[in-house]
Amino acid sequence: MITVDHLTKRYRGATAVDDVSFAARPGRVTGFLGPNGAGKSTTMRVMVGLSPATSGHVEVLGGRYADLPNPGLAIGVLLDASAQHAGRTGREVLTIAARTMGLPTSRVPEMLRRVSLTETEGDGRIRNYSLGMRQRLGIATALIGDPEVLILDEPANGLDPAGIRWMRDLLRDFADQGGTVLLSSHLLHEIEVVADDLVVIGNGRIVAQGSKQDLLSTAGTVVSSADDTRLAGALADAGISASPSGGGSLHTPADPHLVGRIALAAGIALTELRSADSAGLEEMFLELTAESQRDGNVPEGGAAA
Amino acid sequence: MTTQAAQTATTTATARRAVPPIPTSRIVGVELRKMFDTRSGFWLLLSIGVLSVVATAAAIVFAPERSLSYETLTTALGFPMTLLLPMIAILAVTSEWSQRSGLTTFTLVPSRGRVIGAKAIATIVVGIVSMLVAFTIGAVGNVVGSALAGDDAVWNIGPAHAAQIVLGDLVGMAIGFTLGVVLRSSAAAIVGYFVLSFVLSGILLLLAQVREGFTDLQPWLDWNHTQVVLFEGETSSVQEWVQLAATTMLWIVVPLVVGLVLLRRSEVK
Repeated sequence: MITVDHLTKRYRGATAVDDVSFAARPGRVTGFLGPNGAGKSTTMRVMVGLSPATSGHVEVLGGRYADLPNPGLAIGVLLDASAQHAGRTGREVLTIAARTMGLPTSRVPEMLRRVSLTETEGDGRIRNYSLGMRQRLGIATALIGDPEVLILDEPANGLDPAGIRWMRDLLRDFADQGGTVLLSSHLLHEIEVVADDLVVIGNGRIVAQGSKQDLLSTAGTVVSSADDTRLAGALADAGISASPSGGGSLHTPADPHLVGRIALAAGIALTELRSADSAGLEEMFLELTAESQRDGNVPEGGAAA
Repeated sequence: MTTQAAQTATTTATARRAVPPIPTSRIVGVELRKMFDTRSGFWLLLSIGVLSVVATAAAIVFAPERSLSYETLTTALGFPMTLLLPMIAILAVTSEWSQRSGLTTFTLVPSRGRVIGAKAIATIVVGIVSMLVAFTIGAVGNVVGSALAGDDAVWNIGPAHAAQIVLGDLVGMAIGFTLGVVLRSSAAAIVGYFVLSFVLSGILLLLAQVREGFTDLQPWLDWNHTQVVLFEGETSSVQEWVQLAATTMLWIVVPLVVGLVLLRRSEVK
């Protein structure tokens, strides 16, 4: 269980995290979603005591992280897979973690196997590791103390598709066994498969949070037809906004049932009509975080919504 | 949800009670290991042994006839020691930042004061063990060297003098350690050490020559001066010990305390 309570973090006038509150619950995977620089990593660093909060506070397992007698046995943390001494071997990094936590070093080869690093790879120095291997090592470090909570910052970065699949399964199992998982990403599709709850952050503020189902059901409809311009006009006449969503289709916040009826009434033949699901969530994510997008990459028409 | 939360809270409280805190001895052990489990750390340690042997051999070969003594050898051994030991002390601290491994270290042990304290203990242990090794190599060199020359070995360093030499090297390590804590960057701290040990002493020496009043003040301000007196085993009067305390306070204790306060508040990125 992680509870973030009105957390604010300011750096010399700039507000990195602005009055953020949310909870990650046991038995669930919570996806922490936001574009780069939205405040995800800062929030996570405050969580584990690496940065002091300006105001507000974070509780993990019912208390302050810094008060945990042996944090590694309670909370597994991976903030930056590349933040390791480049001259150390992967095996040594795990050995240090195991020793600090007071675990037998027999856990080390066990963890290497768990994250699919070979014995030879384990003996290699981290400077020669690919980002994907570093992520695996970081996840091994997080898991070695058999914690109840996992806090992972962009763990899928650098993993190949098979690796991403592997990590999803691992996190799913972890949550299914009652563990709490908080993982961040700037890519929605990376975590939407595994996440039960989503917390969307943009510009240091939470812009949406809730269970994935709830967020998806508000995601709207994707529709395409022989004549999208006419369809958009018909929808507009009915007071429903629609925007091109790429791939030659329209996205609208209305539900499919209503869109279908309007199209029928207007005599437009539909070629596609479905609930927007992830596409809609992606759209919503872009819209919600539009303000904080670095490249001002607002989806066309999105600003009107 | 409320019952579930309450349940979680109870189990958590039990877990919190059941787990004993990490003992300091364990952190010291881990920090000691971290000093030498990287390639650079390993070579630094190895070079202490190698350079000690080289320095001893050089002293035997180049010492003018009949002048080989234990003091000659320990002086020769002193050069690599005074250079390498502070580097080990610096890297023990700064690698957490320069290599960013602090992200993991301070997550596993949130009390940064304890981690730095453990590093300090580990550094002192390494310093003392290295000095014992150097003294042993020097002793072997003294026996071998005088046997080669056909003389009796001259043992002119007493335990008190040896202890002062060890203390002098620990002072150098403490300066390096302090720089590490204050600057938290390997490159900056190493440069800083050379400035403090070579440039600074030169400036203070110059000042002493130009301003007469400063000559009396220098032993109270210049840690290099008090360190050299230790190396010579001549810190004997109360005044000399107080001067040592003064330079230690000025260059080690005060900056270390300030650095520690800043370090504990800093962001670990």
